[in-house]
Amino acid sequence: MAIGLHDSDFKNPVVRWIDQRMPIFTMMQKEYGSFPTPRNFNYFWNFGALAMVNLMIMIATGIFLAMHYTPHTAHAFDSVERIMRDVNFGWLIRYVHMNGASMFFIVVFIHIWRGMYYGSYKAPRELLWILGVVIFLLMMATAFMGYVLPWGQMSFWGATVITNLFSAFPFVGDWIVSLLWGGFSVDNPTLNRFFSLHYLLPFVIVGVVFLHVVALHITGSNNPLGIEPKGPKDTLPFHPYYTAKDSFGLVIYFIVFAALVFFAPNYLGHADNYIPADPLVTPAHIVPEWYFLPFYAILRAVPDKLGGVLLMFGSIAVLFVLPWLDSSPVRSMRFRPMARIALFLWTISFFVLMYCGAMPAEEPYVTISRIATAYYFAYFLVILPLLGRLEKPLPLPESIARAVLGGGGPLPAGAAAKPMEKA
Amino acid sequence: MVRNTLKAFALLGGLLAASAAPALAAGPTVPIPDTRFSFDGIFGTYDRASAQRGFQVYKEVCAACHAMRLLSYRNLRELGFTEQQVAAIASQFQVMDGPNDEGQMFERPARASDRFRSPFPNQQAARAANNGAYPVDLSVITKARIGGADYIYALLTGYQDPPPGVTLMDGMHFNRYFPGQQIAMARPLNPDQVEYADGTPATIEQMARDVTTFLAWAAEPELEQRRAMGVKVIIFLTILAGLVYAVKRKVWADAH
Amino acid sequence: MAETGEATAGGPPRRDFLNLVTTAFAAVGVGAVAWPFIASMQPARDVLALASTDVELEPIAEGQAVTVMWRGKPVFVRHRTAADIAAAREVPLSQLPDPQPDQARVQRDQWLVLLGICTHLGCVPLGQKPTDAKGDYNGWFCPCHGSHYDTSGRIRKGPAPRNLEVPQYAFTSDTKIRIG
Repeated sequence: MAIGLHDSDFKNPVVRWIDQRMPIFTMMQKEYGSFPTPRNFNYFWNFGALAMVNLMIMIATGIFLAMHYTPHTAHAFDSVERIMRDVNFGWLIRYVHMNGASMFFIVVFIHIWRGMYYGSYKAPRELLWILGVVIFLLMMATAFMGYVLPWGQMSFWGATVITNLFSAFPFVGDWIVSLLWGGFSVDNPTLNRFFSLHYLLPFVIVGVVFLHVVALHITGSNNPLGIEPKGPKDTLPFHPYYTAKDSFGLVIYFIVFAALVFFAPNYLGHADNYIPADPLVTPAHIVPEWYFLPFYAILRAVPDKLGGVLLMFGSIAVLFVLPWLDSSPVRSMRFRPMARIALFLWTISFFVLMYCGAMPAEEPYVTISRIATAYYFAYFLVILPLLGRLEKPLPLPESIARAVLGGGGPLPAGAAAKPMEKA
Repeated sequence: MVRNTLKAFALLGGLLAASAAPALAAGPTVPIPDTRFSFDGIFGTYDRASAQRGFQVYKEVCAACHAMRLLSYRNLRELGFTEQQVAAIASQFQVMDGPNDEGQMFERPARASDRFRSPFPNQQAARAANNGAYPVDLSVITKARIGGADYIYALLTGYQDPPPGVTLMDGMHFNRYFPGQQIAMARPLNPDQVEYADGTPATIEQMARDVTTFLAWAAEPELEQRRAMGVKVIIFLTILAGLVYAVKRKVWADAH
Repeated sequence: MAETGEATAGGPPRRDFLNLVTTAFAAVGVGAVAWPFIASMQPARDVLALASTDVELEPIAEGQAVTVMWRGKPVFVRHRTAADIAAAREVPLSQLPDPQPDQARVQRDQWLVLLGICTHLGCVPLGQKPTDAKGDYNGWFCPCHGSHYDTSGRIRKGPAPRNLEVPQYAFTSDTKIRIG
């Protein structure tokens, strides 16, 4: 082999020629072919792959929508309806994009919850988790700006309310707000910059997703037992085992997605957003998109403007320090009877907040959101730090293989021996 | 594993349930009755005859105040009008064109490619002619109201004398289903207000049903194509799911 | 895939067949998904329905020409003189790179209606204004690569392969045409 060329294992001459000069095939084989993956994943581990596919769908549909959309207050609403009526398959591409945002949040909420239940945020995967929270924040910013683009009533008033949040900050608040607006109110300059940023941020997300995957492939995946694989018996090559399993999950996800797009495309949206934006008339009841409702409820639970804003941002910020708040060495909540109950209660508080966020800001919803908000934070700031010391975890299994296959006997001939002849 | 899958679905269900909440929160005080339409359900389609009659109601009644600026006369082809009929309908309307070589705007008979003529040049003119109330654009009205077609039908048939104890504000009318129950629009439909060419008796209910069908089509002209494609896509994906599951089972057969 | 060798007697390995069917099915799905995206880039319905253009002929004096927009493209309408018509009809077809009799290119002799786009690479030829260069044949001259068109809009000299295109039009009255 010539000096400087990569020592490729591939036999196909074309593949080999490329791989010697740029070993992407070797890399793919290592990271997605033979990559040793815990053998005991359940279907919750599909959601990372689903989120990745969802991101690609959003980018593809978004690029094609941008070919027809006009980011101007006088034309935005009509250009979206033109996509729905006149552009070939425009209704399909737009409904996929619109419902794709909801699907993305469903998938990512489940993905995050999976991480919380199975302790995927704990050492050594703290950075992996933090990158995930960064992706989540970028997603929220992207979704918010995307919702402004059709320039309906909810677009306009949602943008007005959310950008006004920043005015709560002392001294710099008004400066930040006018920076976001580019004027004296939400208007054409705002729409223009939101369109620009809405197009940019998904590619930033792609970059952070890449880092997320890099970090994942250093530490390896967590698994439902939360114990590290101790040897080849505990793992399976990613391909074909998890490519097959992810593919199945993917098709099921497509079925849910298709049901929404084709049969209930406006179910998750608001009727008010089919009314063109009118800066003189506020809709009777301003509600954010469903995926922002829990955070919106936290905002409204606090009677003080700045306090509410800080608490709302805090509800995401607390996720960044979660790896250090949870003091238990045990990852999976399967073995943490008390933490498990605490997390289920937290999950309920999340849904309660989501419900309250959709309700008008009046009793009893205000009191209920305050209780739920208190528990939301208490879970992270009080319960998890204390439980690590108070709780007695159940005994952990010796190894993944023993837990999954039962007994201590050798593996059936196929699994371990097989790994990696070339696929 | 089954347990976890169930959990995932429970989570999803929770999300969907929570999202339905705003619909309840902002609704009017009187529940909107569920009306049966030809386009209800997964396999529903627009009743073309009804929608054509509905267009007549729109043209002769609603269009005096309400614009439908997102529609063009050519769109009427989808309701079963022939090219000649569409051209004839369009030519009844004068639309603004120009500027011509002298720089003047001028009016000419509409063509199929023109947008529906709006009754007022702008919102201010519309308000000025209607005591300050704005007759909304009806292009996407069934998508823009909670309750959709049911609400439009209920509104059109919901006029009545105010019950005792209710004092109407000046220039307002009582409507059971309008949020707040006082609406600036006077009762738009009266018996035999239009004369249907096909001999259908023009009762208020019939006209309301026809114009609602027309408005539902106008708001979602893609609905029939969307649902037909949806059925095919779901069938395809279900078969694919079965195949992929079989592959997955085979792959995993030796790993358990 | 690595796992073969599970061939059942008398048939191909079941997994290979299953994989093949599944892959083929998925590939059909991907292809079906690609189509709406590609189709969405073709002209939308409102673009295809774009209005036809009416042209008043009365103000155009003999020897003059006007340019009107139709579907985003310039259309030349020229009121030809008797000399123009005679010049166009004199030339033997054998001398033309794209032989076409003048009679086939007009509905009424004095009115020539052309798509004002050079058939070479799509520039707009000169010759509409009285001050323009009209080329060697008193028709139009494309300044981009030097194509000369005659008084019937036929290519006579230069790189353009075809005559200037005649759009679909009709006389709606004696003094009015509708293009498209």
